[in-house]
Amino acid sequence: MYEGIIQELIDELGRLPGIGPKSAQRIAFHILQTETFDVTRLAEVLIEVRDKVHFCSVCGNVSEQDTCSICRDPRRSQNVICVVEEAKDVVAIERTREFRGLYHVLGGAISPIDGIGPDNLRIRELMQRLADASIEEVIIATDPNLEGEATATYLSRLLTVLEIRVTRLASGLPVGGDLEYADEVTLGRAFEGRRLVEK
Amino acid sequence: MPLYRDDVVVLRTHKLGEADRIVTMLSRQNGKIRAVAKGVRRTASKFGARLEPFMVADVQFFEGRTLDTITQAVTIASYGADISADYASYTAASAMVETADKLTEADATQQQYLLLVGALRSLSRGEHGSSLTLDSYLLRALSLAGWAPSFSDCAVSGVPGPHSAFVVQLGGVVSDALAPPGTPRLDHETLGLLSALLSGDWVTADAAGERVRSQASGIVAAYTQWHLERGLRSLEHVDRSNSTVNTNKKVPAA
Ligand SMILES: [Zn+2]
Repeated sequence: MYEGIIQELIDELGRLPGIGPKSAQRIAFHILQTETFDVTRLAEVLIEVRDKVHFCSVCGNVSEQDTCSICRDPRRSQNVICVVEEAKDVVAIERTREFRGLYHVLGGAISPIDGIGPDNLRIRELMQRLADASIEEVIIATDPNLEGEATATYLSRLLTVLEIRVTRLASGLPVGGDLEYADEVTLGRAFEGRRLVEK
Repeated sequence: MPLYRDDVVVLRTHKLGEADRIVTMLSRQNGKIRAVAKGVRRTASKFGARLEPFMVADVQFFEGRTLDTITQAVTIASYGADISADYASYTAASAMVETADKLTEADATQQQYLLLVGALRSLSRGEHGSSLTLDSYLLRALSLAGWAPSFSDCAVSGVPGPHSAFVVQLGGVVSDALAPPGTPRLDHETLGLLSALLSGDWVTADAAGERVRSQASGIVAAYTQWHLERGLRSLEHVDRSNSTVNTNKKVPAA
């Protein structure tokens, strides 16, 4: 334990996700000892980000305005919505440059053991969007893990009632890996999602 | 013994750092184990889906000072994919693993391991309604932990039944003389279903009607919440919308 303000800094840093007590201590001393480190700038950005960044009122993505840049972009096709768990998944999909439609960020996955049910996610907002707009396809891009799969199951059960095409991102073998190391679930999905080789 | 090996069923996982998870497991021999799976969240991880909740695996551990580390995992049975493909089964399985996690905090027996694996297997195959499977599991898991409810003889005096007054706090049905005023009464069919779920009499359980099932579920939920300190978070999210219709019926794999 350190005294006073140093320990307070270590404690605050330690509250951040992925930072344990050791890393917190290392960062604290880096801030203290490195004269070139611009503390004022960091503090300003922290306050600014809290002040300026909101969640898009349409899709739930992060945005500095009421709606995000993707929702405001008229060049994006307005009839496809890709449903993801977190705003960082939007960034990941955008990096592929494969998708030119709109997004819907759920804010997580259904996980009863963590007390998260469908009502705790932005599912009602999604249903409203589908009722209002001329959406033709919903792509479910939740994480390919148990909670993500269960959330996809729940969503498809809801969406099949509406007459909208529902698709799920293919899951299967990771590119760059060896087949023999694939686990049974992954390999099974890869078989399910196999496709015809184009001639 | 820096390395050891055991059969486990995965109860839950927590994110750790950038790409790791802490996996909480109920094992056959070594009780409950919490261990780190390094890199498991990367899409190219060697563990793949082997360490997700509801999976049964043969796992090798490296003993650490605070937490053990998982070095290898081979799937014994993979129930997660079938369970997550049916929403009601997923919510039921979540309540099961949360119960197992809480009940084995102090004392984890091999019977608890076998009971949970059996219940998850049944759920993944859609053998019975997911709600019935859950209720049966809860009653039997609580019994193994020493909290067997009584649905026939008086839970306090042992006076032979039938009795209809059910008092959660007293451990089951009690004779009229002991029943506090205003105690809810259970009919003969509901008590019959509860006994069947506790003993594993599936012929009787599967034949029960919707009203009786939902009444029995209410009793099981109240009984479970009373015995588990701080209660179960997942229980309120259990989807019982189609408890008599089985949407996950599958032919068991040969
Ligand atoms: Zn938006």
